[in-house]
Amino acid sequence: MSAPTPKITVSNLTMAFGSYLVMQELSFTVNRGDIFIIMGGSGCGKSTLLRHLVGLQRPTAGTVLYEGSRTGFWEMAPEEREPVMRRFGMLFQSGALWSSLTLAENIALPLREYTRLSAADIRDLASLKLALVGLSGFEEYYPSEISGGMKKRAGLARAMALDPDILFFDEPSAGLDPISSRLLDDLILELRDSLGATIVVVTHELASLFAIGSNSVFLDPVSKRMIASGCPKQLLAESEDPRVLGFLTRGEDGLTTP
Amino acid sequence: MAETDSTVPKRCDLEVEKLPDGGVRLTLSGAWTLSETLPSAEQVLVELAREPTPTYITFDAGELDRWESGLLTLLLKIRGECSSRGVPIRPEGLPDGVRRLLTLATAIPERKGARRDGTRPPFLVRVADATISTWNAVQEMLDFIGEAFLSGIRLFRGKARFRRSDFLLIVQECGAGSFGIVSLISLLVGLILAFVGAIQLQMFGAQLYVANLVGIGMVREMGAVMAGIIVTGRTGASFAAQLGTMQVNEEIDALQTLGIAPMDFLVLPRMLALCLMMPLLCLYADLMGVLGGFIVGVFMLDIPPAQYYLQTCGAVRLNDLFIGVFMSSVFGILIALTGCHRGIHCGRSASAVGVATTSAVVTGIVSIIVATAVITILCYIIGI
Ligand SMILES: Nc1ncnc2c1ncn2[C@@H]1O[C@H](COP(=O)(O)OP(=O)(O)OP(=O)(O)O)[C@@H](O)[C@H]1O
Ligand SMILES: [Mg+2]
Repeated sequence: MSAPTPKITVSNLTMAFGSYLVMQELSFTVNRGDIFIIMGGSGCGKSTLLRHLVGLQRPTAGTVLYEGSRTGFWEMAPEEREPVMRRFGMLFQSGALWSSLTLAENIALPLREYTRLSAADIRDLASLKLALVGLSGFEEYYPSEISGGMKKRAGLARAMALDPDILFFDEPSAGLDPISSRLLDDLILELRDSLGATIVVVTHELASLFAIGSNSVFLDPVSKRMIASGCPKQLLAESEDPRVLGFLTRGEDGLTTP
Repeated sequence: MAETDSTVPKRCDLEVEKLPDGGVRLTLSGAWTLSETLPSAEQVLVELAREPTPTYITFDAGELDRWESGLLTLLLKIRGECSSRGVPIRPEGLPDGVRRLLTLATAIPERKGARRDGTRPPFLVRVADATISTWNAVQEMLDFIGEAFLSGIRLFRGKARFRRSDFLLIVQECGAGSFGIVSLISLLVGLILAFVGAIQLQMFGAQLYVANLVGIGMVREMGAVMAGIIVTGRTGASFAAQLGTMQVNEEIDALQTLGIAPMDFLVLPRMLALCLMMPLLCLYADLMGVLGGFIVGVFMLDIPPAQYYLQTCGAVRLNDLFIGVFMSSVFGILIALTGCHRGIHCGRSASAVGVATTSAVVTGIVSIIVATAVITILCYIIGI
């Protein structure tokens, strides 16, 4: 493989809500074609980090630099920022489906806004995306009429609507059964291998993060810093840090079969 | 997907070619991205329908530059058509990624009975549905009123559970919070009444009677009605939106599973608060309205202040004041009931919250006006 191209470069990022510090001095690089895992205990700031990466929240300090732009994301003018943001797809932790639209309309909305495809093509694309997440037949359902795991998958389908360059998934497999969760991993790998997407995933699912992750950061809520980074499998094999090992082995030290 | 940024990608194209051995070859070329208008599957479907039916379908993707999901939808369509006609597909010519994604797209079969057909039911069925749902809505409303009444009884027996701090917060929000706008609106209504009256009464030289007109008008009807309409728009709407959002987030269900009746916990404090605050707001609106009339009387009609005051005191009887205050209490209950009812029976979506809020305000105002008419007629019959 040739030298990796950095897709997202985060340097010295500090995140805070007012005076409440969430994380400080995060520096890492997401390369093109990575499946980048963000790990850490509950409440340590993983979702907040995603919000900083996609441009929903302004960093307290530090920069987020995207491939192809010369200045940091937040130093750009808003009209420069928009084309960068259009290359993103985001799955929110709570799904964040538009509750007054059906699933098909949820996926069709970005397509209708940003492409010149015909209504029939858009409908076919929406059905395809739903089929990819195992929801074919549910096009005409409203978000309130489907289960929690189905909402998650529908949110994923919406994130993929525009075949984005960079996908951000916040706990995609939470609330899914093992089989669906496995299929989802296959889908994520396929999105990278076939469609060339770069994917940033927040996940706690050990099986899945070992299966798909090619790079990662580990956030520690106590020191409020990142304490490890690298391929999850390598971290498990090489890390000396008890916090990281504890997380990757569910606290059962010694059981190290990825 | 090959990233070829250096050269401008060719436009995407689809060619259909009949092979000598009876098969059909589809040649895909160019960049199949969503920003292009994609070739339609029509020509392939036509070829498939033509006699003799092709013996197989094969692909040539040698010239395919890059592709996105538009290609997949086209292939899925062709595959569906092929399988219904029994034409075998030879996918070897397709890129690996395309084949794997197509497999994934069909990995989970469609759940039986899940799909809904979008056909509209016939006219008579729709009329019947609408009638039944209207009737159900009426029943629901009556049910709600009954429940609210029972909850009121529970309150007097000391068995209703709600948080006192919630109640006080609502009192503050709907009482003190409405002060500014009630002052402004009632003062202006008083002014307007006095103006309109003054022009007519001046013709008879009876401008002093502006005091009677404004006094009785404000105290008996307009004070209560204006306060009622303002509170409907402010507080009734906020009740509906708040309870509606709680319904959307399953917060009301969470209360129910804990054995806390939403009626007692959510509706009762709101009803109580409005029932207590509305008379106070009404009295305040009366005062401001009379003040508006006073301003016109003193500064425009040159009535001496003391005389205006005495004339007002003489005109307004205690009965008028009671009727106004009584009406405003009734309005308070009506506003709280409609606001909470719409909120609690809200659907589970953002637009349903909007609908609930709108209908809370509309129903609230209509019921206020109807109640005013009924009470006014009753008072006339009783003779007070
Ligand atoms: N809007 C907000 N205002 C103030 N603090 C917030 C806000 N959102 C999150 N926080 C705080 O930031 C911290 C990180 O929250 P975040 O949602 O990023 O956690 P997380 O790592 O995604 O957790 P989980 O795995 O449970 O989803 C939490 O301690 C939370 O209290
Ligand atoms: Mg989170």
